[in-house]
Amino acid sequence: MTNAIPQEECDIAIIGSGPAGISAAITLNKAGIDNIIVVERESEAGGIPRHCGHIAFGFKKYKRLLTGPQYAKNNIAEAMSLGIKIQLNTTVTALGKGGKLSLVSQQGIYELNAKRVLIATGTREKPRSARFVSGDRALGIYNTGALQGMVYLKQKIPFKRPLIVGTEIVSFSALLTCKKGGIKPVAMIEENSKPTVRWPIYYGAYLFGMPLFLETKIHKIIGDQRVEAVILESAQGQKKSIDCDGVLFTGQFTPESSLLRMSHIAFDEDTFSPSVDANGQCSDPAYYAAGNVRQLVPEKGRNAYFYTSDNPPNAVNISGMCWDQGAEVAEHMLKSLESVTP
Amino acid sequence: MTKMYDIAIIGGGIVGCAVARRMTLAGAKVVLIEKSPDILAGASKGNSAILHTAFDAPEKSLELQCMQAGYAEYLDIHTSMNLPLLKTGALLAAWSPEEQAKFEGIMAKATNNGVDDLKLLTTAQALKKEPNLSSKLLAAIEVPREYVIDPWSAPLAYLTQAVENGADTLFNTEVTGGSFDKNQQDGLWLLETNKGATKENVKANHIVNCAGLYGDLLNKNVFGESAFEIRPRKGEFVVFDKAASKLLKNILLPIPTEITKGIVIFPTIFGNIAVGPTADEQEGRADASVAKENLEMLYAFGLDKIPALKHVPVTATYAGIRPATEKKHYRVKHDVKNNWITLGGIRSTGLTGSLGLAQHVESLFKKQGVQFNKLTSPQIPVVPNLAEHIERDWQKPGVEEIVCHCEMVTKREIKKALDDSTLPAGSMEGLKRRTRATMGRCQGFYCSARLAELTEGKFEESIAIKSNKKGGS
Repeated sequence: MTNAIPQEECDIAIIGSGPAGISAAITLNKAGIDNIIVVERESEAGGIPRHCGHIAFGFKKYKRLLTGPQYAKNNIAEAMSLGIKIQLNTTVTALGKGGKLSLVSQQGIYELNAKRVLIATGTREKPRSARFVSGDRALGIYNTGALQGMVYLKQKIPFKRPLIVGTEIVSFSALLTCKKGGIKPVAMIEENSKPTVRWPIYYGAYLFGMPLFLETKIHKIIGDQRVEAVILESAQGQKKSIDCDGVLFTGQFTPESSLLRMSHIAFDEDTFSPSVDANGQCSDPAYYAAGNVRQLVPEKGRNAYFYTSDNPPNAVNISGMCWDQGAEVAEHMLKSLESVTP
Repeated sequence: MTKMYDIAIIGGGIVGCAVARRMTLAGAKVVLIEKSPDILAGASKGNSAILHTAFDAPEKSLELQCMQAGYAEYLDIHTSMNLPLLKTGALLAAWSPEEQAKFEGIMAKATNNGVDDLKLLTTAQALKKEPNLSSKLLAAIEVPREYVIDPWSAPLAYLTQAVENGADTLFNTEVTGGSFDKNQQDGLWLLETNKGATKENVKANHIVNCAGLYGDLLNKNVFGESAFEIRPRKGEFVVFDKAASKLLKNILLPIPTEITKGIVIFPTIFGNIAVGPTADEQEGRADASVAKENLEMLYAFGLDKIPALKHVPVTATYAGIRPATEKKHYRVKHDVKNNWITLGGIRSTGLTGSLGLAQHVESLFKKQGVQFNKLTSPQIPVVPNLAEHIERDWQKPGVEEIVCHCEMVTKREIKKALDDSTLPAGSMEGLKRRTRATMGRCQGFYCSARLAELTEGKFEESIAIKSNKKGGS
């Protein structure tokens, strides 16, 4: 390529427009930083809450319960009213040294030289492949995130009678999404002897008139074109087949951290999240991280529902925690900016 | 309506696509008949995507001849059709004295096969080339001219070239039988298909059976017997995230045994590291399921040879089925009396051997005295590049939207694959193979909804289904 890559400058670049990113942007803006760019790869800002179309969001911030999309919309509206620039359809392709980001947008590839960068790329559920589940690779196998995107954003459904795998809080969220889409799950399964979260799962099972099989895992997924059945296996090794037209793998959140993994920034190989200090600063001092990309709740500790300090909430239900952490890290970014400014 | 062809090719795998290209360029009027909605739905959908030198192929065999001819032709044509080529080289690794003891024989066989640039490496030399290999490595043989390619864009390019130069395709069409009539003037073979006698019957003078996993059944259906029996052999693979690509540059080959070539650890052209295949004989010809214990074994195998893989997540798992037979060699037969060529038992080496097999088919026709008028200036199509080391579509101007963020697939690429005038994607699987959408680390967590929207009404089996709900979609 003969043309030089276009260069842009900014004070703060924020990767991701979910709760953590937007909260940080608002905090920095209110502190007087004008030149903030929020980069969002989707065509709409707001992050994951955008497609969690049920009540559970924003109580702490707005003093009432909102649906995910309402919550996302409020957050984005606040940021926009402050004049914060959110660049949609813009993907960061590499994290360079000292805050030099490589990006691609509708304008093509370019580089953004930011004094400080906040990585707020969030989290996603572990797909079937990474769980090593046996069986056919037929149509109809998804994570909750994909289902929610289809039901809430596109008014489509990928199945009518799925098996739900997992009993985390997001699994309950999946049940609500099913209800919205007119989907009737055939059963819910959990490998452990108790649901990860109790009452919502028992309530959900009751609501759908749907069996909850504990100490049960998938032996094999069956299906030629589309999922036709799943053979379940109990802890005692007993097998039974259950007819269904899809499998929904819920939970087992893993940070969306591939940019970090491919970069020069120190990375915690156990949590798949960036190594940060108490201020949220990465090994490259130009970079900070906030929100679910920091694996706020380790995967192993996911067995609580109520949001207390003893019982940390499950990863996806912590939009409020992400919001708070975004603001907190933003304060540290601000201080570090001031300390280098004469 | 019955159309008349010089050659009907049955089966749209890598071999059928390569034969369709070759014979179309040779001047024959060709039809390719495939029972699935898209190409590569059988054995060709899952392999290790390696372009082999054939250093270890059976000596003086047709397989060796086809592999080396195919290898040479791929190198010759790849640039003109935008087919990617990644020169990785391979290391044949010995992990035990028993394995190392086989080195001499391997070197001698390679020399006999005309591959004379193999080099013996000491542990230190091998580890210098691949510092992330386990120190348990004893020694290695370097095979410098092994490559990895895109296993799907190559056959797509071959068939696209056939179609752009006049070949026809029939998808969702299964050949159920046929009759051969020497007295016919306009087509000696009348093929019956599942489309029924009135609709899509095909008349052709010659048939090439490229039906892969169903090759023996096709011959049985038509002749009442088959000279070979397909014994499907499944190979499972585990694919590590792109972050693994910095851990291995060469293809890491095991020392083959009598039964199998063994488990390979290889870079993919898409920037991942994959481990596989297993080799399990099974009944099912369509059963490409994966098994947890095999995936765990492959994962452990990968970590044992490259310990740093421990820190890299698994992106995908898949399985392919090789059309093995009761014998080891290719089961190629020209039934001159019946104008019927069978290309059977093309196993692991089909990707490398396909262009060579196509050359062989052309030579069989010549030997039979069948004449065609070679095309003088054929169309040369260019297929989209999905290889990570070459410029991808998202790096070019005019990107409207990136749909799949893990694999950086643009809306433009998806639209092109869906609306291609020559060979549009016929299924979701076909779309994935043409674009890589959903084949990355999130496996569709982020982009399934958008893909459901973009592919609506395109495939018989689609992502989104009709809702029961009133007012829903």
